[in-house]
Amino acid sequence: MSAAPTLRRAPDRFRTFTAVVAWAAPAALVLIVLILLQQAAPAVRRFGFGFLTGSDWNPVTDSFGALPAIFGTVATSGLALALSLPVGVAVAVLLAEQGHAKVRGVIGTGIELLAAIPSVVYGIWALYVLAPFTLEHIETPLVDRLGFIGFLSGPPRQTSLLTASLVLAVMILPTLTAISRDVIRAVPRGLRENSVALGATWWETTWRVILPAARAGIFGATILGLGRALGETIAVTMVIGNRYEIPHSIFYPAYTLASVIANEFTEATGTLYPAALVELGLVLILVTLAVNVVALLLVRSTQARMAA
Amino acid sequence: MSRNVRRRFTSTASLSIIYALTGLALVPLGLVLWFTVTKGLPAVVHPEFFYNSYRPVGVPGAGVAHAIAGTAIMVGLASLMAIPVGVLGGVYLAEYDRAGWASWVRLASDVLVGTPSIAVGLFAYALVVAPLHHFSGIAGSVALAILMLPIVIRTTEGAVSLIPGGLRESGLALGLPRWRVSLQLILPAASPGVITGALLAVARASGETAPLLFTGFGNLIFRLDPTQPLAALPLFVYHNALTPYKSLQEQAWGAALVLVVMVLGINLVSRWVLRRQIRLAGQL
Repeated sequence: MSAAPTLRRAPDRFRTFTAVVAWAAPAALVLIVLILLQQAAPAVRRFGFGFLTGSDWNPVTDSFGALPAIFGTVATSGLALALSLPVGVAVAVLLAEQGHAKVRGVIGTGIELLAAIPSVVYGIWALYVLAPFTLEHIETPLVDRLGFIGFLSGPPRQTSLLTASLVLAVMILPTLTAISRDVIRAVPRGLRENSVALGATWWETTWRVILPAARAGIFGATILGLGRALGETIAVTMVIGNRYEIPHSIFYPAYTLASVIANEFTEATGTLYPAALVELGLVLILVTLAVNVVALLLVRSTQARMAA
Repeated sequence: MSRNVRRRFTSTASLSIIYALTGLALVPLGLVLWFTVTKGLPAVVHPEFFYNSYRPVGVPGAGVAHAIAGTAIMVGLASLMAIPVGVLGGVYLAEYDRAGWASWVRLASDVLVGTPSIAVGLFAYALVVAPLHHFSGIAGSVALAILMLPIVIRTTEGAVSLIPGGLRESGLALGLPRWRVSLQLILPAASPGVITGALLAVARASGETAPLLFTGFGNLIFRLDPTQPLAALPLFVYHNALTPYKSLQEQAWGAALVLVVMVLGINLVSRWVLRRQIRLAGQL
């Protein structure tokens, strides 16, 4: 008998083609950073590191510093996280293990729909509903009672750092909840059973066993939420008040990196002004990239460790 | 009160707090929907709202046809760019490269999902608007396509991964080349999941405002030419909401209602399609 015909493996062109296509995503990411870097070059060359610490923003004198925008971005996002995190983790605990499956399904769907609502809809809602409410029922009473504390001093205003943080808190809630729920679900059942078998109550098990086990993943979810908050543009622009200053109080108007770009980019003329705006964008994207990569790695490593 | 009674009480109390916080989390959803519907309805009940375009303040009969057309064109063009690339990329990740280098593609896609859309707008400006010296619908659709791409890639990958290996093996055993197995057996079987991804990407793109501010730019007349500046529903809401005119604000709420109905509708449909996919994959 003759030898079996040797299998000749044709080069798999389809594989090569799809591989090239799939690399479009990383390519886009790298290209975005490179193009923004190129566009920001005049401002980068002119101001160097001083751009990050300068607080002047004056197109007339071509003097640009990013500090107030960086401050506003960090402050709104930080405040939003502080408001959203306890609620998000509570919902995640509930969705992961408590209650009737149907009820959980409805709540889960509701929270996920929050993520689908366009940010401009949050913006118009924040401008006409949330901002007046905040002024009357949150800011005014707080200023009346605690106004002597620096960062709670008045006068209260509708558009403020606080209003922007409140709308951001709502907008990052789905991210926080969905990812925390997944990492809590990934905690091995045995841990819970052992804890209950030792006589721990539901709360003791959740607080001392489940949440510590899921800690790194919840931290990752928090950072992902932070990334969302840092980059959110439209809703924030509509209610933050758009003043290029480091505010003295959370009831003062402020500005964020994204809102400065949204408001000023189409009107920027000359070389340095648009370049400075793109450099704000560059700062924003580099920070969110770093934040996202760290968060994704944290969430993934937690889930992998739990599965092992 | 004994220690155990106290422990049980703490447990019950904390559970109630968790239920309360969950209720609190759903409050914004209810409020946003409530106000969008009640404030948007007065504009939407006039049929001309859907077939007329911009009218100056005070002239009755204004509508958002120009914004609907602009959104449809830009999202349509973006879909033509992002969906084929995303689907093939997703097939690659699921069929050929589950570990290895593909993890970089996966990480990049996930990072791209979280990239600030305003930065993507700046990118599209530099890439399309600046060289042509001209705001255009095409520039807007490039920005939207980049935002859609990672969603399509990751959902396609997920849907294709659900298809059991038996289908693949039977195709290959019958002598089909791999590309035909992928395109003619696996993709059709995974189509509900793939469609879900495409729908979600379309929904996301339809609601984006920030990247259109300096690409599509907006426009007041009914126009179908993507080489010109185009209006979009989110841009319309953004600009009108910030004007002091009551009638324009009312139109903004109306347009917001149209957006919400569309986006939430797409989301609910895609959810339903996806559930079918999971059931279907279980039967294969």
